[in-house]
Amino acid sequence: MAASEQEILEGLAEIVNEETGIAAEDVQPDKSFTDDLDIDSLSMMTIVVNAEEKFGVRIPDDDVKGLSTVGDAVSYIAKASA
Amino acid sequence: MSGPLTDAQRVVVTGLGATTPVGGDVPSTWAALLAGQSGVKLLTEDWVETLPVHIAAPAAVDPSEQLARVEVKRNDRSGQFALVAAREAWADAAITDMDGDRLGVVIGTGIGGVLTLLANYDSLLEKGPRRVHPLAIPMLMPNSAAAHVALDLGARAGVHTPVSACASGAEAMSFAVDMIRSGRADVVVAGGTEAAIHQLNMAAFANMQALSTRNDEPERASRPYDKGRDGFVLGEGAGVVVLESAAHAKARGAKVYAEIASSGITSDAHHIAAPDPVGRGAARAMQMALDGAGIDASDIVHVNAHATSTPAGDVAEAQAMATVLGAGSTACVSATKSMTGHLLGAAGAIETIATVLALHERTAPPTVNLEDPDDDVHIDVVRGEPRKLPDGPIAALNNSFGFGGHNVALVVKSVEQ
Repeated sequence: MAASEQEILEGLAEIVNEETGIAAEDVQPDKSFTDDLDIDSLSMMTIVVNAEEKFGVRIPDDDVKGLSTVGDAVSYIAKASA
Repeated sequence: MSGPLTDAQRVVVTGLGATTPVGGDVPSTWAALLAGQSGVKLLTEDWVETLPVHIAAPAAVDPSEQLARVEVKRNDRSGQFALVAAREAWADAAITDMDGDRLGVVIGTGIGGVLTLLANYDSLLEKGPRRVHPLAIPMLMPNSAAAHVALDLGARAGVHTPVSACASGAEAMSFAVDMIRSGRADVVVAGGTEAAIHQLNMAAFANMQALSTRNDEPERASRPYDKGRDGFVLGEGAGVVVLESAAHAKARGAKVYAEIASSGITSDAHHIAAPDPVGRGAARAMQMALDGAGIDASDIVHVNAHATSTPAGDVAEAQAMATVLGAGSTACVSATKSMTGHLLGAAGAIETIATVLALHERTAPPTVNLEDPDDDVHIDVVRGEPRKLPDGPIAALNNSFGFGGHNVALVVKSVEQ
């Protein structure tokens, strides 16, 4: 069964914390990866690759550019794993 | 160098940092060296049984205990060691008001991020190209450790990485001294780092017959100058010092450990891995360092030798030392690799720290496991107990040599404060 959006958010927050040290509770759907969380493109790629493994999805590099907020990423993963 | 140096050209040591097989910082490392404690252990990794060598000298404290989790993830293990040592050295120097444009970093390494390279190659083969870490290149590049230290300290006067195998750490000291003397920096954080304990590296060194196979007696395996020596023991860790122009140190009232007076660098052009049999290149480096410091061989009271515990290398260095220092020399020689093992690119830096502390504390550490000295070794090796060094102004040599025929000798002088 596919993970719920809440489960994806929690899993993603865990990865962001692990890879960047940002507190998991700061990783909320309305937060922008670059403007709010100060995550650079290389860090974003490490997060994407870990998320792919965790949720069993593939996020092509071109699609990564479209994921500006945490919520965008959660919806993308939810859709891709549905 | 013509004429006496000015305070702007004299380079002093004002901070020390290390993480080694015998201690996670400088005080614990120095205490272990004086106590003659070995850091060599039987390895427990499952690949060990596939090799003829089962022993190494792992870091006494894992860097994951000393760094934030993210720092561990984003640095190769060699970079982690460098960060730990650099932060200790920087805190020890207690510089509060540093212009980053005048601060440099020089951290040498022998093999760089080889563990990151190999781990990512494993990922590539097992899971595919998508699982190669996006930061693999900035983690595995040899300058990674130096660059991360510079980022951490805000050093903008230049970041450099000498790569000269087992002479890298000493070459870093020489490069840093030149940076200050040429006016490029007031302060340089200099050192060496290495993290290469891995099946592949161990297999390669073992196949060269460079490593000791005294598996049943790990603590007795590294035995420089002893007739029973059969190779070096691979160690890991980092040593970093803060070097500063004497003028800069004086202006801020810094505590000064010692002065790096000069360096001599030569190359053998003899063989890619074997030393010149009588240490001609090593002797020239030592003589060059003495001349650069403007002192006589008779002024040297102590030598921290390269002495890795290999059959050929120890004798070649001892002969070179005997030639340069002369028959009447009162210099006592310490081979601290008998305790730390051989940290490759970090060795010269850790041994610079040991040399600096020997002068500062007036105590030469012992050489352990020297039970039956080689007949071709005609130098006064400190055995058993530490030895007291004379009072008054004194000087010491620190030798480092590396595969490729690299020879680096540093002259370190005591400083009255």
